[in-house]
Amino acid sequence: MTLELQGITKTFPGVVANDDVSLAVGEGEVVALLGENGAGKSTLMNVLYGLYKPDKGTVAIDGEEIELNSSRDAIAAGIGMVHQHFMLVPVFTVAENVILGQEPAGPMGVIKQESAHQIVSEISERYGLRVDPEAVIEDLPVGLQQRVEIIKVLNREARYVIFDEPTAVLTPQEVEEFFKILRGLQEDGKGIIFITHKLGEALEVADRIAVMRAGKKVAEVSPGETNEEALAELMVGRPVELVVPKDASSPGDTVLEVKDVVVLDDRGHRAVNGVSFEVRAGEIVGIAGVQGNGQTELIEGITGLRPTLGGTVMLQGTDVTDYSPRHLHNAGISHIPEDRQESGLVLGFTVAENMVLDSYYEAPFSRGIIMNWGAVEETAERLVEQYDVRTPGVNVPVSNLSGGNQQKVIVAREFDREVALVVASQPTRGIDVGSIEYIHSQIVAKRDAGAAVLVVSSELEEVTALADRVLVLYHGRIAGEFAPDADITDIGLAMLGSAAS
Amino acid sequence: MTQAPPAPEATPPPPPPPSAMDTAAGVGSSLLRSLVMPALALVVALVIGAIIIAFSDVNNVPLLFEDPGAALSAMAREVVAAYKALFVGAVGSVYAISETLFAATPLILASLGVALGFRAGLFNIGAQGQMLIGAMSAVWVGIYVDLPTPLHVLLAILAGLIGGMVWGGIAGLLKARTGAHEVITTIMFNFIALYLVQWLLSIPLFQEAGRNNPVSTAIRPTAQLSPIFGGSYRVTLGFAIALVAVFFVYWLLYRSSWGFEFRAIGLNPQAGAYAGMGVATAVTLAMAIAGGLAGVAGANQVMGLAPYKATTALAGSVGFDAITVALLGRSHPIGVLWAALLFGALKAGGRQMQGAAQIPLDLVVVLQALIVIFVAAPALVRAIFRMKGVAEKPAQMTKGWGA
Repeated sequence: MTLELQGITKTFPGVVANDDVSLAVGEGEVVALLGENGAGKSTLMNVLYGLYKPDKGTVAIDGEEIELNSSRDAIAAGIGMVHQHFMLVPVFTVAENVILGQEPAGPMGVIKQESAHQIVSEISERYGLRVDPEAVIEDLPVGLQQRVEIIKVLNREARYVIFDEPTAVLTPQEVEEFFKILRGLQEDGKGIIFITHKLGEALEVADRIAVMRAGKKVAEVSPGETNEEALAELMVGRPVELVVPKDASSPGDTVLEVKDVVVLDDRGHRAVNGVSFEVRAGEIVGIAGVQGNGQTELIEGITGLRPTLGGTVMLQGTDVTDYSPRHLHNAGISHIPEDRQESGLVLGFTVAENMVLDSYYEAPFSRGIIMNWGAVEETAERLVEQYDVRTPGVNVPVSNLSGGNQQKVIVAREFDREVALVVASQPTRGIDVGSIEYIHSQIVAKRDAGAAVLVVSSELEEVTALADRVLVLYHGRIAGEFAPDADITDIGLAMLGSAAS
Repeated sequence: MTQAPPAPEATPPPPPPPSAMDTAAGVGSSLLRSLVMPALALVVALVIGAIIIAFSDVNNVPLLFEDPGAALSAMAREVVAAYKALFVGAVGSVYAISETLFAATPLILASLGVALGFRAGLFNIGAQGQMLIGAMSAVWVGIYVDLPTPLHVLLAILAGLIGGMVWGGIAGLLKARTGAHEVITTIMFNFIALYLVQWLLSIPLFQEAGRNNPVSTAIRPTAQLSPIFGGSYRVTLGFAIALVAVFFVYWLLYRSSWGFEFRAIGLNPQAGAYAGMGVATAVTLAMAIAGGLAGVAGANQVMGLAPYKATTALAGSVGFDAITVALLGRSHPIGVLWAALLFGALKAGGRQMQGAAQIPLDLVVVLQALIVIFVAAPALVRAIFRMKGVAEKPAQMTKGWGA
């Protein structure tokens, strides 16, 4: 049993998204499809899932060519897809979501709830996908929502499952769980295509790794005969620094002093419960921790987006507790927000408009309330050039850019001025290796220029690579401070709240 | 994280490759393309309207079985006569054009207000009430202030503007301060405005002496908007004011930092807050300006139309048509201008059609509705004309109800 894509070519006006790409996945096999954003991975998978018709090339199962005109055809052929953005009804239960589209109905169209439950329980049990069929989707953490997506696909009797960037939204623990599930599927004989741009993951789970770059398949290797450096070079097309090059820090005066800060989350719980630390000029302090331990609320509290319940935030000796974001902007804070699409950018705006999103009211971009678009475009063009943002122009909607380039727009906007403090939250989440490398070097450059830098990331490697000191946040408190070269198991234990110290 | 549609077809295809998108030709053709859909929608609406006209004469239906040829030619004659009258009544003479512009004037103003709200993420249903309050403010100045002509007109318009701004601004303030949804508050404020005006028109301050129905004293001649094509044509300086308003709203939205804030907050309020914008202030301000524009529309209804008296019916259905026009114009000031002119033309031509071809004015309402449906459902028009092409993004109107 093999699923084969042969010589797939797909062009969009002006761009060859896939150029003569062939890929095969057999029974019980995990194939990782590795490539940067825009390399053509998604296009290829959309061809396989019947959403795009290729200009050239065929899809075949066991040598028999199949016609894919819609995702319905793909499902019928036994191909399932777990999308990066889940397709679930938030207010429905797990069971309801799983049977959606093929509800087992009794007389008068009444849905048989029990059989829905049974379906979910059966699949759960068989593959170790523990999830409560009664739970409502919106109450579930992302990792469990993903399980529901997987159950949905299995319920449709998929023999081949495509995972589109499945780990992008998961915490490290959830990733481990996910890999277990993946192995279970593999043992059951499913053929799996695993799209990712994370090198370590590809090496860990795949039987074969196919690397795509600029629409072409540039290599197909087995994990045993390669390593991260080699894969990164194949992906990017040039040697890549995976370690952040930086000198030892020489911390100066205290810039940010956080003292006994308490912040509530949306549900009124103390997400941050008495946190104190300081960040000095010329050093990078990294905050590690499993997601949901108060990182978001802490950063929102410091940057004026969420009121604090107690404690003080001092910036260069001035009490700036609960200052407005604009006030803090003017006081010298740059902020790369956690979610670039939710709050960092206005997706419907152009690159130029986004470049001045928090400085549009200042000279030279406006005088009084009159905007000077000439000055805005000039600055945007300079920033695009300087920060290597890949865009056809500054008047293109920022939504047309890849994730990495969107993030570069934010970095350019936030870094292109003299600031005392840089707050970077998940600065490289979900972006490609080349952009990660670039953004890391920019953060270090900011430190070397004398700024105090606070970095929050759910990826421990990122924190230890960037930071000069590592703080671990657990249940809204600092659970330990580490040197970046400390034993990773100690940091890991602190992240789980069981620090020996 | 979760998205509503369970259908796998709903996968957003990756954005079209960003090439040839930034070229001047690209921009020009996108402008042209934005006009194609409304034009085709108009054509489809007229075709369906023709079918309705053809069957509106009950005698034609039995005739269709006895003598199909005669029936079809009779139907064709009626359709041609009706549409000819519609066309002639809309643009066939100076008088017709004047009537079109006259009907379009309040629509342009009120629709600009609604469109501005849409851009800021606000669904302003309150143009009707804002018009009424604006009108009463202008009438007060028109009755009680003694000034020479140009100043008096200006002051009365200004009063209309301020009246509308206050009325719209209250809804904005409620939204900003308490989160009360503007759809609910503006609908309620429409009722409050209506009964407030009814009461005002029955107290001596406004009511014409010797009346016992709610009609105001006529405003002084110095506050009347003068006709621009001469006394026998109804189009007045109000139309010029509306054109100035189009320019103003365009400037505000795309050339001022306030407009930048409105549009940013309309598209992504969270990003607006992150970028340090005062979201509450912007919401209040946007609603106030939207109300002000509708208020001027209300002032125009008294100052630009004999007998220059206010009644509770002065806003007609303009405040509600404005929502349709703003949608049809895709919330863009220039689009709104064209859409309002089209609606004005249909209204002016519709009267002629009723008089000359005995087709009820209601058909115009049907045509308007059909145009909007086809503009709102471009896929339908594309299917009819077998057009291929990338799906265009719908214009940003408002965020969800709870926002």
